[in-house]
Amino acid sequence: MIAELGQVFLSLALILALVLSTVPLYGAYKNRPALMAMAHTLVIGHFVFALAAYTALSIAFFNHDFTVTYVATNSNLLLPWYYRLSAVWGGHEGSLLLWILMLAGWMLLVSLLSRSLPRAFIARVLAVMGMISVGFLLFTLLTSNPFDRLIPGPLDGQDLNPLLQDPGMIFHPPLLYMGYVGFAVAFGFAIAGLLGGRVESQWVKWSRPWTLMAWAFLTVGIALGSWWAYYELGWGGWWFWDPVENASFIPWLIGTALIHSQAVTEKRGAFPAWTVLLAIAAFSMSLLGTFLVRSGVLTSVHAFANDPERGMFILGFMIVVTGGALVLYALRAPRIMTGKGFDFMSRETLLLLNNVFFAVSAAMVLLGTLYPLIIDMMGWGQISVGPPYFGAMFVLLMTPIVVLMPLGPFSRWGKDQLLRVVYPLLGSLALSLVAALIIVALLDAWSARAITGWMGGLWLILGSLHYLFDRKKTSRFGLPRHQLGMIMAHAGVGVFIIGVAMVESATYERDVRLTPSESVSIAGYEFTLQEVVSVKGQNWIADEARFAITKDGELVQEMAPQKRLYHRSGQTMTQVALRPGVFKDLYIAMGEELDAQSNAWSIRIHIKPFIRWIWGGALLLALGATLAATDRRYRLKQKQSASDGLSTSAASIT
Amino acid sequence: MIRLLLPLIVFGGLVGLLLIGMQTAEERKIVASPLVGRPIPNFELPRLHEPNISTSTADRLGEVWVLNVWGSWCQSCRIEHPYVGRLAEESGVPVVGFNWKDEQADAKRWLSQFGDVWAYHMVDFEGRSAIDLGVYGAPETFLIDQRGIIRHKHIGPIDESVLRDLLARIDRLKQEASS
Repeated sequence: MIAELGQVFLSLALILALVLSTVPLYGAYKNRPALMAMAHTLVIGHFVFALAAYTALSIAFFNHDFTVTYVATNSNLLLPWYYRLSAVWGGHEGSLLLWILMLAGWMLLVSLLSRSLPRAFIARVLAVMGMISVGFLLFTLLTSNPFDRLIPGPLDGQDLNPLLQDPGMIFHPPLLYMGYVGFAVAFGFAIAGLLGGRVESQWVKWSRPWTLMAWAFLTVGIALGSWWAYYELGWGGWWFWDPVENASFIPWLIGTALIHSQAVTEKRGAFPAWTVLLAIAAFSMSLLGTFLVRSGVLTSVHAFANDPERGMFILGFMIVVTGGALVLYALRAPRIMTGKGFDFMSRETLLLLNNVFFAVSAAMVLLGTLYPLIIDMMGWGQISVGPPYFGAMFVLLMTPIVVLMPLGPFSRWGKDQLLRVVYPLLGSLALSLVAALIIVALLDAWSARAITGWMGGLWLILGSLHYLFDRKKTSRFGLPRHQLGMIMAHAGVGVFIIGVAMVESATYERDVRLTPSESVSIAGYEFTLQEVVSVKGQNWIADEARFAITKDGELVQEMAPQKRLYHRSGQTMTQVALRPGVFKDLYIAMGEELDAQSNAWSIRIHIKPFIRWIWGGALLLALGATLAATDRRYRLKQKQSASDGLSTSAASIT
Repeated sequence: MIRLLLPLIVFGGLVGLLLIGMQTAEERKIVASPLVGRPIPNFELPRLHEPNISTSTADRLGEVWVLNVWGSWCQSCRIEHPYVGRLAEESGVPVVGFNWKDEQADAKRWLSQFGDVWAYHMVDFEGRSAIDLGVYGAPETFLIDQRGIIRHKHIGPIDESVLRDLLARIDRLKQEASS
């Protein structure tokens, strides 16, 4: 019964989305306020039904309703309740439903928070987002219905992939989707701006906080995925350049370019067409990501059950959405006004460089991801590009960004002098170079990577803080939130870079054979295997190796990695034991039992320096973006809509 | 004009690429290799754990066997690993590893961590033999009959349903071999 209800809710949401994507648009065209205002009501109904459908599926999971095919394939009687609820998005059909719910949620927020925007504009934004929802609802109902019945139902279901039975995995997909779907808001604003005819650059200002929030979610989502891979795959890596990881990274790179180009367009009216294109591209790349995971075009860890029919549908949908948007762009772009000119040495140029490097990076990652396809098609044989390609390319493209980033905030709009910008930063530059050498010496981590990483990272952190103190001195009111956010984000990149450089250059890795009461010492730590015992969880049994780690004779930590066997699927999983630390992680993973009689096991031990800084940096990026998004200047007041965008205040940008 | 249409043209190219990719995705999987139905190319490669011993594909002539392409760098291989174990256990035929473009130390470490479920491993560091074999990407699994003919090839990780399919195919090949 609950599944049928869910089906009905979804269909109702589809009907509302259909009305939403047509009637308010017509109202905006004919200037009929009543029709435009309908958008708000429709958005509420659409959200309610999406939520109801989602709840229906959750209830089916919670109650073990194995007559629903999707529940039977992704859950079983032994699965704890929290994984039953997160299993809703553990497979393809349910994750689509989550997508839809989030889109509906973003639409609701836009509708609630943007009431003071011009009626026609907001009606168009919501209509465009409604069209996107129509596409996804049709996709779900036609090709991937999570409510399909399986009659007669099995007594017990299969299992949720054990890799996904993990707290990190509960939050990774929703956050990632929040980011993906969030770019639909920027997309909606851009298209509404183009549709408006008399092209106004106002929409850029209105869409900025939305873009920032979407980008913040995406950042945290990607970081969580990386953290999850680090401890769950048991391999100690934090990024694999896997096609699906890339699929989430490409929209992130474009989104980064977008938030910077929005700043220029809003403040100076420069590169408005480019900003529109980036807004279209960011969402299109989110769609492409969805396509790559589900179409079977590329194989990957993340691959959902592949189905060419689904792939075709998303591809068709992409053609409509992106193709339509680009046609509209080609028709309307000539009407977009261009802003003030600028000199070669100016903040505009620096932000333009930012955009060039990020856009090129996105293109390179896309190319690398699709490379196997291209090569195959050209008949050049079948080759795959691995991490070396991406790694080398990234260092190359990111170096200029790192060098130039602290200069951005110090530079002036329109016209500036190189010396004036660089001069105040010389102190920070010198300090970061010297400090880098001292720190590397103290850590005894001499290598080109570590040195350049520390130099670059400290330059970003110190250069950004420098700006903070500089502004504190000159302005009486303290820094506005969007500037604090920017500084936090830029410093976050520095923290991230230090983490990467240290992990890639100073990781200790040892594989050892250990029997109980044997010990091995690595980098000053003594790892003693005390015993190997059997433990039991709700739906698994495991061998657990109990370790005591001592340093200079004193107990540092007890650690217990496991080798789990999941009852239902018979899959074994390595559960690593971690001792996280600001400066280093101790990491133990169990391998195979080498000899049953003596209880000898192969054990893998890593010492990962500064790995937390990678995710810490990402978190700072996301926090910075959130801070900027909640700045007062974006808060829409009543009757403030028309005249504000032309002010050329001296205040800074994100 | 061109400036306005350029994004559309680039997007068109991307869509074209993905469309062809979609069309050939199935082809790549089903008629994955022109070698299906042909004898497995004869090559000699060192073993992973006993580098002095060379093994040839011809060694296994006379029995049904499985060749599984993997590498420690390959994430999907990590995912299919438990299923390879079950394939080896439940099929009762030798499952030989084909360690592809891998550093030996990495490969050994990978095996010691996740378990060595293969009969033995042939090492193709350069990836030359893999080209003869028509390997598209790791993981890949070949079924070879007692006459040394490649009878089936699966591209991508083995999961529950692929495992069942492979086991059924192996049973048929075994019956064929004994009759």
